[in-house]
This record gives sequence, structure tokens and C-alpha cells, in this order.
Amino acid sequence: MFTEYDPLKDTMLQILDCSGNIINPKFMPDLSMAQIKEAYNWMLYARIADIKAVSYQRQGRMYTYPPNLGQEASALGSAMALGKEDWMIPAYRELAAWLYRGVTLKDVYLFWGGHEDGGKFSNAKNIIPPCVPIGSQTLHAVGIAYSLKYKKQNSIALTYIGDGGTSEGDFHEAMNYAGVWRVPLVFVCQNNQYAISTPRNKQTAAKSLAIKAIGYGLKGIQVDGNDFFAVYAAATAAAKEVRSGGMPIFIECITYRQGAHTTSDDPTRYREKEEEEIWLQRDPLKRLKAYLVQKQEWHEEEDRKLQSQYEKEIEEQFAQAERHPYPLKDVFQYMYVETPENLRKQHIEYEKFLNWKETQKWQ
Amino acid sequence: MPIITYREAIRQAIDEEMQRDESVFILGEEVAQYDGAYKVTQGLWKKYGSERVIDTPIVEAGFTGIAIGAAMAGLRPIVEWMTFNFSLLALDQVVNNAAKMLYMSGGQIKVPIVFRGPNGPAEFLSSQHSQAFQSYYAHIPGLKVVAPSTPYDAKGMLKSAIRDDNPVVFLEAELMYAWQGEVPEGEYLLPLNKADIKRQGKDITLITYSKPIKVVQEAARQLEKEGISSEIIDLRSLRPIDEETLYASVRKTNRCVVCDESWPVASVGSHVAWLISKNCFDDLDAPVELVCSEDVPMPYNHTLELAVQPSVEKVVAAARKVLYL
Ligand SMILES: Cc1ncc(C[n+]2csc(CCOP(=O)(O)OP(=O)(O)O)c2C)c(N)n1
Ligand SMILES: [Mg+2]
Repeated sequence: MFTEYDPLKDTMLQILDCSGNIINPKFMPDLSMAQIKEAYNWMLYARIADIKAVSYQRQGRMYTYPPNLGQEASALGSAMALGKEDWMIPAYRELAAWLYRGVTLKDVYLFWGGHEDGGKFSNAKNIIPPCVPIGSQTLHAVGIAYSLKYKKQNSIALTYIGDGGTSEGDFHEAMNYAGVWRVPLVFVCQNNQYAISTPRNKQTAAKSLAIKAIGYGLKGIQVDGNDFFAVYAAATAAAKEVRSGGMPIFIECITYRQGAHTTSDDPTRYREKEEEEIWLQRDPLKRLKAYLVQKQEWHEEEDRKLQSQYEKEIEEQFAQAERHPYPLKDVFQYMYVETPENLRKQHIEYEKFLNWKETQKWQ
Repeated sequence: MPIITYREAIRQAIDEEMQRDESVFILGEEVAQYDGAYKVTQGLWKKYGSERVIDTPIVEAGFTGIAIGAAMAGLRPIVEWMTFNFSLLALDQVVNNAAKMLYMSGGQIKVPIVFRGPNGPAEFLSSQHSQAFQSYYAHIPGLKVVAPSTPYDAKGMLKSAIRDDNPVVFLEAELMYAWQGEVPEGEYLLPLNKADIKRQGKDITLITYSKPIKVVQEAARQLEKEGISSEIIDLRSLRPIDEETLYASVRKTNRCVVCDESWPVASVGSHVAWLISKNCFDDLDAPVELVCSEDVPMPYNHTLELAVQPSVEKVVAAARKVLYL
């Protein structure tokens, strides 16, 4: 696969077309119908959770949120290539991947609602919370992959980054080291065409992002990121290769951010309606659903039923998150493994201040 | 007791901890085959091999970030920055990731890592290579910051730093590597949160840490000749600061001079001076004095570079000022 789709050839791996037909059976992954349906269900669940997150934010019940709409296949297809002992190092716009990894939606809502308990991701193994400085997580991924190799564990790491992130120094340093140290790592770039308002062609003069792999001695591939099968096929092939000691692999998923950058952004200021409509035709959920419907494995009525079931489940997860308390002690208790005396005193001073607020007396 | 250099003390600490715990490894520029830019890691590559003593490409942010990732996954990396001047390129990784990961993960993901190397002014290195950056790190919640001034302290504290489950910034100094001191054979650990009284006295408290300790010790000897008895406190830990030891001393002497070789604004020294002014207000017989570097980049010319740094004369003058002599 990686020879056939060498980035220098400037071709993109696509398996499922926009009408739900398999156009590249050679690379069609070996998945049972039950597994394909399960993947569709995850994508649907992630999509509804995402749309709801935006609406909770609009209602003033949650903070800034980065919508995932349209990127579900890139996130899920890549996450499904990982085993239980493998590591996931997120960027921030791969909700379906987090959920698949085992992060509860309640934790996701807590996380974006500003609660450090959300970052515990307590239900999921081997995943770290997002690091906001764009690109910095790719270096952690190299370190994590190094530690897996060092401990002779047969596990791998997979990290996410955006198209904009590929301009950051940290990303280039990570690619460089990953090659020099030959660590078991897969980079997944969700090229959603924009970094806030900055279009992909302003990030780099390179023909593709995948081509960047070449300069560091890695393998690269460009895949249709709205095609679940293509993403899954490339990610599983990459995972297999790095697990058996091969060079790290960089996967560029060509996708599109259908929504805003975050809930505080308005994309109509910098992109055309026509462009958005073209990408709606390529929507990842529509495509996978069309495939399932064609195979007579799915129909609209089932879809609607599942949607309303998910809506209820998701609302319940949010309700749980909304009830979660935000005690002051949390901000002090997670600073050090054992809280130092000075910090303990600061906390006490703060409680005294709160008492003063109430009584107007210093005690 | 054997007498060894500060450099050897650090090397022994690293060597012993690598021997003791397989998850400890060291990485940085020139640390392996070349034995380290300042020869701190001499012999370690031969002993432990390329998997545990790793030469990195010249990318400070890169190897710092990678080490942070390795720590998240359970290893105990020691990052050697060739000097703290270059640590600025890695500052984002330290401040935003190492220091915050435990907090952001609600206490789940520890980052047991040591960042070490020479900090502070040396000689003939000029403005971009001769700077004291302790205040940058001491400012950051989530880090521990230590700056031992003797081989004994350096060894015991580095061993503790390597075993600590939090990120620790460990500040050495180029000009201190050749300093000698007694270090016992066999294992000992020193706490990362305790100041040390390096000299007992009753008339004035002189507070400092790291390389200026020698300046302050010489000043104390000169003051002694005038019949003034100085107590010298070596902070050793800059975050957290062992406040009680400072206050106990100042409550006894009622006078205090702080000596810190960094710039004056928002420095560890100015913070300590404020802490004492606030918490020992009723015990002080004079305002606290701060002896620090002049607020300028390091001059290359040797006469001038010495002139802008704390000196024995400056400390003596400040001491006389708070003693009204
Ligand atoms: C180091 C750094 N610089 C700037 C920012 C502000 N910022 C947040 S998201 C973003 C755009 C990232 O775009 P991309 O990597 O394409 O990811 P996407 O948002 O499209 O998923 C920027 C510039 C940041 N978080 N970190
Ligand atoms: Mg983008």
C-alpha cells in the first residue's frame, strides 16, 4: 500500500466513493458486516454528541468547543487500528477516537466544561489529555513510543495533528526524531483544509502534507479522510508495519471541517458556501450509510431509532457532567504528587479570605 | 570522607540512579560519546550504552518534549541542556506540558523528569550565553526547582530529584563544576524542600543559593573581622522555598541581605526579600537589602562582566547598610 500510494506519486487512497460504492476492492479492509455497522454506530454517536456539544455551548452550559462535524471517519478509522495496550496522543478534534478509546462522553463534556476531572479520562487506558500548544503533543508521542520500545513492549503509539499543526517546529522535530530513533509511531494528520481561517495552501508550498514524511526518512500516505474504509485500511497497515519495527508512518487524511473552528468562530467570513456544499456531498457518515443501505444492512427507520436512542443517552451523559461539583480544593490538589507545605498554606489563606468575604472579619 | 568535585558528585548521582533503576536514562546534546559538553556524563555511555545515554539531534524543544512523553509513559528521563541559555527553546514544553500534565489529567499522569545543566553567568561568554534563568522556572506552578551549592548537596539532591515523581529543574553552574567538597561514600538522599544553614551567626542573616554562596561566605569572613557575626542560609530549593528556616533566622538576627545573581525584577531574590519583609516585619531593624546583577545583559569585557554581578564588596556594603554602620 505504501509503495503504491507513495506521496511522490501524488495519489490518494480511496476505497468508498461518495455514493457508497467500493471502487478499490484491492484495499478493502477485512471487516465483518457487524464491525462495519459498529463503526457506523460510533460515528453516528460521535456526531450527535458533537452537535449537542455545540448547542450546549450556545445555551451557555458549556465553554468553547471545537466541532468535529465531518471528520468522524478520520478519527474513528485511525483509532480502530489501535490495540488495548497501544497509546493515543490526541490533538483535540478527534472526538470519535476518544470515545472509541473508552473515554466516557461525560468526561468529554467535563473536559470541555473546564473540569480537571474530565482530563482524567478515567475509563480509558493509555491516552493523555490534549496539549493546547499546537504540535507539542507529537513530541510526547515520540517519547511515549520510545518508552514502549525501551521497555520492549509490543505496543505502538498514534498521534493526531491538524494541517495547521504541520507548520510548527515541534511537529518537524517529532518527525525527525521519530525517524532517527525508529520508534513505533503513526502520525495521523487530519487535513481539514483550515487552521482557524488559514487555508491549507497558506501553510505550506508543498504539494501535499504526506510528502513531508519523505524528508525525514518516514513513509507517508494520503488518504480520503471522509472514507472510513480508506482511513481504517491505511491506519491498520501502518500500525502493523510500525509494530514490527518498520519506520514510523505519516497518514494525511483529506477531510473537511464542516463546522466552525470553535464555537467562537464564524467561518462564513472566510469561506464560500459553494465549497461547503461540495464537501457535504463527501460527508463520511452519508457515505458509510449509503454503503450499508445498498447492502440492505441498514435503513432509514433503524437510523432514526438509533439516533433518538443516542440522543437520550447523550443527554444523560451531559446531565451527569452538569451535576459534577467544582470544589476549590481541586485546583490545589493536582499540582504535585504530594502537595507541598507552601501550597497547602495558600489554600488555607484562600479559605480564610472566603471566610472574610462572608463575615468581613479576618480570623 | 572522600573529597570530590561538584561535577563528580552529579555524575555519581546519575550513575548510581541509573544502576539502581532501569527506567532512568539521560539524553541531550553531546552527552554520550563526547562525555558531555562539560564532562558531567563522562564514562556513562561506555557503561550504559546508546539506549540509556542518548545523543540527540540539536533540537532543545524536541528532545525535551520527547523526554516529557517518555516520562508520561513511565520512564525517568534526565534531560541535560547544554546550558540553560538554550533551555529557552524548550520553555514551552517545560511550562505548558511537564508542569501541567498532572493537573490537566486530574492527577492521573505523572511526569517524573529532571531538567539539568549549567545555569547562570560564567566567564567570557557574553550576553546570550551567560544568563541566570532560575526565576523563569521558579515562577511556574507544577515544577520543583533546586540549585545546590556544594558537591554534597548536589549529589543528595540530584538523587532525590531523579526519584521524585514531579518534574524537577536542577540548576548547576559552569564555574561550580570544579568546586570540591566532602561527599560520603555510600548512599544518601537530601530533601528537595529544605534550606541549609551554611554558617551560624547572630547579627545578620545573609540569604543566597548556588554560585554566589562563595561571594557571601567571603563577605561573612570580612564582616567577622569587624566583629559582625553572619548567619548564611543557602536556599537550595527555589520552589518550594523553605520559608520557616528563613524566618527563624531573621527573627533571631533582625537584619537581612539577600544575594541573587539574576536580574532584580521578579526574581527569586526579590521574592525572598518580599517574603521576609512581610512575614518578619515586626522583627526587622532595617529594610531588607537585595544584591543582584545589574539590569543589563552580560558584558563580554571581563572587567565589566565582573562589575555587573554581585561581589564581596557589594554584599559587605549591603550588610553595613542594614547594620547602619
Ligand atoms: C503553539 C500554538 N499557536 C497557536 C495556537 C492557537 N491555535 C489554536 S487552534 C489553531 C489552528 C490549528 O489548526 P489545525 O492544526 O489545522 O487544526 P484544526 O483546528 O483544523 O483541527 C491555532 C492557530 C495554539 N493553540 N498553539
Ligand atoms: Mg485544520
